[in-house]
Amino acid sequence: MNKFYADYAATSPIHPDVVEEMTEVMHRIYGNPSSIHAYGREARKIVDDARTVIAKSINANFNEIIFTSGGTESDNMALIGTAFANKDKGKHIITTAVEHHAVLHTCEFLEQNGFEVTYLPVDETGRVSVEDVKKALRDDTILVSIMFANNEVGTIQPITEIGQLLKDHQAYFHTDAVQAYGLLPIDVKEMNIDLLSVSAHKINGPKGIGFLYEKAGVRLQPYSFGGEQERKRRAGTENVPAIAGFKKAVEIIMADRQKKYDFYVQLREKFIEGLNEEAINFKVNGSENYCLPHIVNISFPGTEVEAFLVNLDLEGVSASSGSACTAGSLEPSHVLSAMFGAESDELFNSIRFSFGLGTTMEDVEEIAKITAKVVKRLTN
Amino acid sequence: MIYFDNSATTKPYPEVLDTFVKVAGQFFGNPSSIHHLGLQAEKLLSQAREQVASLLKVDPEEIIFTSGGTEGNNFVLKGVAQSYKNRGKHIITTSIEHPSVQNVCEQLKAEGYTITYLPVDKNGQIRLSDLQNALTNETILVSIMHVNNEVGAIQPIKEIGQLLAKFPKVFFHVDYVQGAAKVPLDFHSCFIDFATISSHKFHGLKGTGAIYKRKGIKINPLLAGGGQEADFRSGTENIAGIVAMAKALRLAMAESESKQNELFAIRDYLISELDKIEDVSINTPKIAAPHIVNFSVEGYKAEVLVHEIEKNQLYLSTTSACSSKIDEPSQTILAMGLGESRASSSLRISLSYSNTMEEAKKAVQIIQQAIENLKPVMRR
Ligand SMILES: Cc1ncc(COP(=O)(O)O)c(C=O)c1O
Ligand SMILES: Cc1ncc(COP(=O)(O)O)c(C=O)c1O
Repeated sequence: MNKFYADYAATSPIHPDVVEEMTEVMHRIYGNPSSIHAYGREARKIVDDARTVIAKSINANFNEIIFTSGGTESDNMALIGTAFANKDKGKHIITTAVEHHAVLHTCEFLEQNGFEVTYLPVDETGRVSVEDVKKALRDDTILVSIMFANNEVGTIQPITEIGQLLKDHQAYFHTDAVQAYGLLPIDVKEMNIDLLSVSAHKINGPKGIGFLYEKAGVRLQPYSFGGEQERKRRAGTENVPAIAGFKKAVEIIMADRQKKYDFYVQLREKFIEGLNEEAINFKVNGSENYCLPHIVNISFPGTEVEAFLVNLDLEGVSASSGSACTAGSLEPSHVLSAMFGAESDELFNSIRFSFGLGTTMEDVEEIAKITAKVVKRLTN
Repeated sequence: MIYFDNSATTKPYPEVLDTFVKVAGQFFGNPSSIHHLGLQAEKLLSQAREQVASLLKVDPEEIIFTSGGTEGNNFVLKGVAQSYKNRGKHIITTSIEHPSVQNVCEQLKAEGYTITYLPVDKNGQIRLSDLQNALTNETILVSIMHVNNEVGAIQPIKEIGQLLAKFPKVFFHVDYVQGAAKVPLDFHSCFIDFATISSHKFHGLKGTGAIYKRKGIKINPLLAGGGQEADFRSGTENIAGIVAMAKALRLAMAESESKQNELFAIRDYLISELDKIEDVSINTPKIAAPHIVNFSVEGYKAEVLVHEIEKNQLYLSTTSACSSKIDEPSQTILAMGLGESRASSSLRISLSYSNTMEEAKKAVQIIQQAIENLKPVMRR
């Protein structure tokens, strides 16, 4: 049986060149970057080179990149770090109802610690309105955290417009770009972004490494205390091989970003076309105009998500119900709930397919056929 | 080339690298996903957890994987402080902790906690009577390191644990980062509630570590998000790094059993030979770990000596890697009462099980020569 991985938004396979790079570094350059001898200096160079490449990928400066252990840590650091460092300016934070749990649960923590959080609603396509952001802004707003693009339905938020809006406001602008990075062009200067989170394992890099972009001058309380690494923002011995692997993954994904984007658009169209040909009942959740091309979230009326996923898996297709983290527990998606309401059918009959490195046209045709087969089985 | 800086970081075992590469390449699924790739990853994760737990003689549910020693220490100290502040706001630690404990304590102090830093004697050990006198009704946590990373001193963890067992409301945390796979420690009989380890200190990879958290204890997570690690540590798990750590711990503990005496012999040789050199005084006390030799060359600048020694391919460090960049006297040596002059001229040799007596012999010659070479320049 052929196997099809369609869960790239949960995590992506590591690129062979990335493994090679890491292996090389692990074998050869095992020093601690803080050591003053040659081993340390060599390791330091690896970290510096990676920082240069990564900073360039979002038009940031070298000193504005903080390496973290992944997207979750970047989000936690951005939110908690700015909230506590700026509470003299206010205690109000704005976010959306469709953020990843790394943002939402951190906001809950901040609420328990005396901060006030506004959770903006989204429309049926999963988008927030700039107007709503504007209305929610207050003099004591210190932070606006709105994701670049959603991990469950792929909807892209009006980041440029929000950045423009916040330009003359004291509030910092954080965006979780974990899903968008590597596919959409990101220019932190042009977009007026102050803080931005990225995770390597979503772009064929290793797990356990990510970065937070922190614009120079942002007041951020360090997240972990210890050695003086990462300009005192993030203590802990640097994960040198993973940082080397991350750099490689960034180089690879940025080399032909637009070409990949265009290809995923074709994959998406092909996939939906394939489902159409099978004459099954389905509806794409999300936005037609503002979507990440590699994420397709589909509602299949008359089916039930858990049985659906098990059947797909038996047929060789690995997909998911939403974010991988919520998938483990199969709780109804807070994203779909925000889009359609807490009781709506979509919450119980939606599947997320996501594509990436190695997915071919033939694959998506085949996945569409298998999906249709499962739908027919489940609805008969 | 002689690498004598194993307390800064170690060279990963080749088998550990193979494991990492294999798992990263072949089992890339997200353990939270419910399809078979997710299940495979989940299985590897729980096997690694069982292995680490059994090596440390604890239950799998008592192991929480982290991104390293710094995160582990931050997690425990902040977590206990936040979660039990209603009981009291007093924390006891020592004056020779790693910055990842000390600096968190300083941060907590800024937030209104009271910190007692216990002094140490000239052997680098705290006195039980000092601890006993420091305990108050407000005390919620005692955090005391096992093996000191600068001089190798070992604290009387068992006696401390037995004393604290009479104070059931006080948690006991041990930074076991330097002790793991070098000096055995039984968490149960020492009444330890939390212990920290870091993989790159025992030939695993950077960016992975673990916390032992005694069953049933609840504390705030450091990272909020997807709810991984029983909600104590969110973020997509670094499966390959975790599996590699389990392997590294197994191999290193096996070596620790078979080569412990050899390591002691090398250490003792270094101590007795270095002690013979004019101007050299040994800072490592009698009761100390087998892998650390700290000595001062009074009148010489430690950093200059490190570089002079490095010319002959011997790599050692000033104090701890994290602080070795800062031109500051060693906190630990000052705390031991050995004086400013020794504290600012100290060098650290740190061994691994793959170092040999031949290397030790050569190292002594190189060090002697370096001191000789610098004599006309350095002697005041
Ligand atoms: C949008 C978004 N933010 C944050 C994260 C968390 O990233 P990580 O798993 O690297 O901690 C994820 C992935 O799970 C995500 O999709
Ligand atoms: C005693 C001790 N604790 C904690 C740490 C921090 O560990 P890591 O480098 O994995 O963050 C170190 C090493 O630097 C250490 O020696």
